[in-house]
Amino acid sequence: METKNLNTNQISTNQINIDKSTNDNRVVLSCIDGSSVSKAVCDYSSWIAKKVSAPLKLLHAIEHSHNPAVSDFTGAIGLGSQEDLLNELTELEQNRGRLLIKKGQLMLNGAKERVCMAGVEFPELCQRHGSLAETLIELEEDIRVLVMGIRGEAHEQEFMGIGTQLETVIRSLHRPILVVNTDFTEPENIMLAYDGSEACRKALGMVASSPLFKDITCHIVHVGDKGKDLLEEASAILIKADLDVISAQLSGSTEEVLAQYQTEKHIDLMIMGAFSHNRVRDFLLGSFTAKMLTTTQRPLLLLR
Amino acid sequence: MLLHSTRQDWIGNVRGDVLAGLVVALALIPEAIAFSIIAGVDPKVGLYASFCIAVVTAVLGGRPGMISAATGAMALLMVTLVKDHGLQYLLAASVLTGVLQVVMGYLKLGSLMSFVSRSVVTGFVNALAILIFMAQLPELTHVSWHVYAMTLAGLGIIYLFPYVPGIGKLIPSPLVCILFMTALAIYLGLDIRTVGDMGELPDTLPVFLWPEVPLNIETLTIIFPYSMALAVVGLLESLMTATIVDDLTDTPSDKNRECKGQGIANVGAGLLGGMAGCAMIGQSVINIKSGGRGRLSTMVAGTVLLIMVVFLNDWVAKIPMAALVAVMIMVSIGTFDWSSIRNIKKHPLSTNTVMIATVVVVVWTHNLAYGVFVGVLLASLFFANRISHFMYSESELDEEKNVRTYRFHGQIFFNSSSKFLALFNFKEAVEKVVIDLTRAHFWDITAVYSLDMAVIKFRREGSEVEIIGLNEASETIVDRFGVHDKPEELEKVLGAH
Repeated sequence: METKNLNTNQISTNQINIDKSTNDNRVVLSCIDGSSVSKAVCDYSSWIAKKVSAPLKLLHAIEHSHNPAVSDFTGAIGLGSQEDLLNELTELEQNRGRLLIKKGQLMLNGAKERVCMAGVEFPELCQRHGSLAETLIELEEDIRVLVMGIRGEAHEQEFMGIGTQLETVIRSLHRPILVVNTDFTEPENIMLAYDGSEACRKALGMVASSPLFKDITCHIVHVGDKGKDLLEEASAILIKADLDVISAQLSGSTEEVLAQYQTEKHIDLMIMGAFSHNRVRDFLLGSFTAKMLTTTQRPLLLLR
Repeated sequence: MLLHSTRQDWIGNVRGDVLAGLVVALALIPEAIAFSIIAGVDPKVGLYASFCIAVVTAVLGGRPGMISAATGAMALLMVTLVKDHGLQYLLAASVLTGVLQVVMGYLKLGSLMSFVSRSVVTGFVNALAILIFMAQLPELTHVSWHVYAMTLAGLGIIYLFPYVPGIGKLIPSPLVCILFMTALAIYLGLDIRTVGDMGELPDTLPVFLWPEVPLNIETLTIIFPYSMALAVVGLLESLMTATIVDDLTDTPSDKNRECKGQGIANVGAGLLGGMAGCAMIGQSVINIKSGGRGRLSTMVAGTVLLIMVVFLNDWVAKIPMAALVAVMIMVSIGTFDWSSIRNIKKHPLSTNTVMIATVVVVVWTHNLAYGVFVGVLLASLFFANRISHFMYSESELDEEKNVRTYRFHGQIFFNSSSKFLALFNFKEAVEKVVIDLTRAHFWDITAVYSLDMAVIKFRREGSEVEIIGLNEASETIVDRFGVHDKPEELEKVLGAH
């Protein structure tokens, strides 16, 4: 589509000086669409961008519906039918595409204002054609943290279930993903579900090393009865990294107990290692991550 | 992977797909019958084939929304096989065609399509349209005036009915033409040829049958040449159509999967008593135009076609051939690329030559494979000829030392090597000749050979010869040149420019 470069003049090249120690210019990528969580997505991404002092990029993926724009049941083809049809379709889709780009720009500009108010300097705006999942996979290299809403605008009315793009994104991206489902509150208490697995150990390491969790209380929670040593070991790592740690051992059905703990202790953010790559197992048992995503009331940070 | 399809492919556009599928099914019936008649077999052979090919490619094909069935391009290739050896050999040839196509799919020969240039495609399409039209002529010779009148009236209905306000855009006009003409013929009790006169129509669902041919080398030698041509033409037309559908819908397709899908569909068609087929340009355009986009539309088209034909075969038999001819004339008009005629003035002579040569060869031989072969060959020759223009030399004479330096720029290969030799002045009496090849590229052994010739000639004239930069120039000869796909590697080899 020829309108692809329309918004390049609005994209400010970002010149933010980022953390000299890490020296990478990967961005906090914030996925914006017309859904109501988009505002919260903006807020959370500004919070992260400021905390880890990384540039912020606001992304809007223009999803083209491939539903036909014309339908003519005459079944007749005459002189130059194919050419005419191509022209007609191109014109219709061009108009559709233009509208989508316009709409996206409005959203992005709104989001830009919001993050600027929150104190982020020079957020970068980006509009791409294609589904969100496919766009994110292309951009993966540049992503430091991804922030996206639990459901897109297409499925906003559904109260349950995760969005159609989210699972694909989580499965295919190897970056931390913050899934936003409610309005923003600055996180003070975070919770790390810990079972000693490889994914959890990685997540623990990331929590310990990230500047995001400075001055935050971390609840480290294990569900089951054999976790005493695990918890001690894990707390030690976090304490070493200068975090306030509260550890807890619970028993019962994992999702329920975690959700209950979350409400009781006013946890603002949950952290966990995400989806195993084993699709067959997930198919048989149901994925724990997916279950957590549907039950949790607070944003979930998935670490890969 | 062959079975992989997203939910979107099947149920992303249910209403559009079902309606478009119905329109296509109605348009497919006359075509399948007409193509069977071209091939010289009973209409049921084409109808069973259309059902099977449509349904199988719906599931296995690589291009959702494309319609495949029994086609004219394939039917034209079968005529002599059917005439000389009969239907059973045709069925066996269809199965073999499918097997060959599957093999080609696994060998990823679909990517060879890149050698088929735009003008060859245009020539192919135009030739196909002309052949479909010519195949209608036997129905229009030695007949009473009724047939002409009906054909004309049929064409009138097809092209004018869409302008009727209200229902014009809701009911397929070819269907209206067929219904009206059939009713008229029955009402007037005209003694004209009908579909029923052309052979057997399907009265049952297709059954699985192994072709009744002796399984020996002799059979193979009979059917193999046909199968090979069928396989090539089928894939060509399918991949061309896939590209057209890609362009129309602005979505990508999997060309190698399409090859395998077509192959399996043809094996299936052969085993169900049908003839080999491929994708159809006209029908696919109709499908897209009617709002079809997904796999469902092809599936609906195939199944509805079979159901209608099996249950309405008594009625289908009464369709006058004149109505069918009208529909087929529409198909041939719709298939022809009319803009190519306009473009003849604008396009360079070489492009026009390729296109027209393709058309002429096809119409002459009735074999689209030959046409494409000639087209591709001509296009490559023209290309080689053009590239050889990109070669020149600068030369200077150092009078003091009596040394002549030739500095070559550009591409030296089989076609430009004689030009390369002609750029030397062998008559000049100099002490030493320097040939600087740093900025030239040697693409093949012919180029190296002509360099040797030049050196020998100079030495015979008594000059000393020095060659500079041969290593850089000949790096392009190495067949592994293809692995230099990284920009910096390319820069190293071709960077002299």
